[in-house]
Amino acid sequence: MITDKRTLIAAAVAATLAGPALAQEDSVKMGALATLEGAFTVLGEDSMRGVKMALEEFKYTAGGKKIELITGSSDASPDSAIRATRKLVEQDGVKVLVGPLSGSEGLAVKDYAKTQPDVTFLNGSSAAQDTTLRDPAENFFRFGTEGAQWMAGLGEYVYKEKGYRSVAVLAEDYSFPYTQVFGFLEPFCRLGGKAPADARFWVPIGNKDYSSVIAALPDDVDAIYVALGGADAVNFLTQYEQAGGDLPLVGGSITVDQTVLGSKGRTRDFVVGTPSAGPISDTWDNPSWQEFVDAYKAQFPDGFPSPSLFAHAYYINTKAALLALDKVGGDLSDGGKKYRDVLSGLSFETPTGMVKLDERRNAVADIFLTEVAEGPDGNLLNKTIKVIPSVSQTLGVSYDEFLKYGPVSRENPKCG
Amino acid sequence: MADLSLIAGKNRLPTIHPAAALVAVFLLFYPAFASNFFVFQIGAYSLVLGTIALSLMMLAGYGGMVSLSQLTVAGLAGYLMAILGDNSVGVMGLGWPWWLTALTAIFAASVFSALIGAISVRTEGIYTIMITLAIAVAFFYFVRQNYVIFNGFTGYAGVEPPVLFGVYWRNPTPFYYLSLAVAAFFFFAVLYGARSTFGLSLQAIRDNPRRMRAIGYDVTLHRIFAYWLAGLIAGTAGVLMVWFNGRISPGSVGVDVVIDILVIAVVGGMRHPIGPFIGALAFVLLENFAIDLIDRERFNTVIGLAFLLVVLFSPDGLLGLWMRMKDALMLKRRTPSDSGGGQ
Repeated sequence: MITDKRTLIAAAVAATLAGPALAQEDSVKMGALATLEGAFTVLGEDSMRGVKMALEEFKYTAGGKKIELITGSSDASPDSAIRATRKLVEQDGVKVLVGPLSGSEGLAVKDYAKTQPDVTFLNGSSAAQDTTLRDPAENFFRFGTEGAQWMAGLGEYVYKEKGYRSVAVLAEDYSFPYTQVFGFLEPFCRLGGKAPADARFWVPIGNKDYSSVIAALPDDVDAIYVALGGADAVNFLTQYEQAGGDLPLVGGSITVDQTVLGSKGRTRDFVVGTPSAGPISDTWDNPSWQEFVDAYKAQFPDGFPSPSLFAHAYYINTKAALLALDKVGGDLSDGGKKYRDVLSGLSFETPTGMVKLDERRNAVADIFLTEVAEGPDGNLLNKTIKVIPSVSQTLGVSYDEFLKYGPVSRENPKCG
Repeated sequence: MADLSLIAGKNRLPTIHPAAALVAVFLLFYPAFASNFFVFQIGAYSLVLGTIALSLMMLAGYGGMVSLSQLTVAGLAGYLMAILGDNSVGVMGLGWPWWLTALTAIFAASVFSALIGAISVRTEGIYTIMITLAIAVAFFYFVRQNYVIFNGFTGYAGVEPPVLFGVYWRNPTPFYYLSLAVAAFFFFAVLYGARSTFGLSLQAIRDNPRRMRAIGYDVTLHRIFAYWLAGLIAGTAGVLMVWFNGRISPGSVGVDVVIDILVIAVVGGMRHPIGPFIGALAFVLLENFAIDLIDRERFNTVIGLAFLLVVLFSPDGLLGLWMRMKDALMLKRRTPSDSGGGQ
């Protein structure tokens, strides 16, 4: 009797454990992966807003099929990104996946993509260079640009217009800031600028006390290039201001964006005039960008004052996925081969101009050179200085030539 | 007859409980009907986490020493696999043959564990927890800031299990059986060890170290040896962990993961070696499926609440819950039959 009961329980457990969810024929499962836990939670939430905006725009239908969205969460570590991706792909059975958010996660998901040739991966906002540059995966697409592209034009601008000749560097210690530092310094140093190795400071993500870094900053530089994100940027700016720092700043793409500028405190006046560059600009007066901002505000009253670059990147990648799905009539029956062919050739109008892919499936798109300014209602904004059209991953030189620059790292470029 | 059983008692096969047999059969044939995801990410991962938690359960349950650095020990083994063996990052990767790498990693991890023991065993309770937590945190920051050996924040990727007997051991089914074999080996080893002379002395030391010292036992040495054994278990699990993930970075040995292992051991139950495995299964299931149960912004709350409820209503974990349920069932079953016999 008791054995019967046990057998029944065991059978029930086995059934729940083993039974994968049955896919419906008239719907397509799409996964979205972002950091909904850990240090980048706020950024991850804004990413999901981007995904939802694109889906709303298509009324959750593409190619005649209903889109079923399944979300996954990671904590910005590669391990957690892989676990979440594996669950979405192998358990939930998504055929199209948008994500992840953070640089090192992207490198890991790219490696995983190679083991799942029938699933199509579109990057979220992860912006490490080697996700697509070296050893790319056939089924991994990046319609948002990456960290070095985001810096396009900034190195020339601060050398020529601002007249800076040597900079100190302060950045977080992982793949995305390496990519940003490389993208900024490469043109800056080629023009003759200096960024000596002993004036580069690498701090861990989540660093709170910058006093030792501030004390060690050299006096004989013209500016500090800061590539910190979220709370790290706020902490540094506050402490540098309190320490009486007076060197001008040059900002990385997420150092002076809405997630930082929206914070309260005296850093406000201090960062006005800081030049930066990135895939979006808050004040771009192009109608399609304004439309995007209005849609964001209407749909998410509790979001940021203006969509962050994370919402923007996830929006573009989700939209690309849906546009291509429309073109193949929702047909992924051949393991998505036709779908990926369409994706590779896809080019479309985004809120920030046209985007198309290069042969390694990385985006070629416009980049915005910006400067922090005070908006009409007192909010700090990134004012557009210049739009750099069609920035490619190889920054204007050929692929082979670009590879000679070497992989991004703490010491690349040397420029001592 | 009585004499014979007294002599043969030790060697006689224990009667196998039908539930245990059922579980064994289920575990053996699990890959036959489960999907790859369930075999690999739920099955194998639970077994690996369970094995790490087993080393904590052994120290805490039998030795009364709650060590938070067991994951750190496993992490060291994982790092050594990447440093001494092969990786795809281009830092270190000395390219030793896999068996030598694995043996060295496990042995080094056990020595590291014994060292942690040597530092911490003279303390009790909360102080042991503090010291071992401090070691875990120090290790985390050290590997994150050391670029020459541990490759800093990025850590190592591309750590592959060997292709042996024509089998690629990271494929779901082979890896599951590998984890199952390792887990079963250590499970029975701990079960057996608990009744050995050493195991009994360790439990006696847990209950009254002063008396044991008075009898003439070297309390410190016993405890350090227990740490060394726990290091063997955690180190082996660490090798499996790095094969499972294919990568290791400071995030894999961070404080939150250290706490996860403690949660697994506590929620599973510390009284029997099966506890950590039950805890690991519950943890992995929740980690993977809580996000489907509730709003995506709140799923960590579900995980936390579930564990809070378990600990609140059953201080000895899921294992204790099960025991109590069983007792209640037995009692209910016995009562009517007894009264029936009376009539």
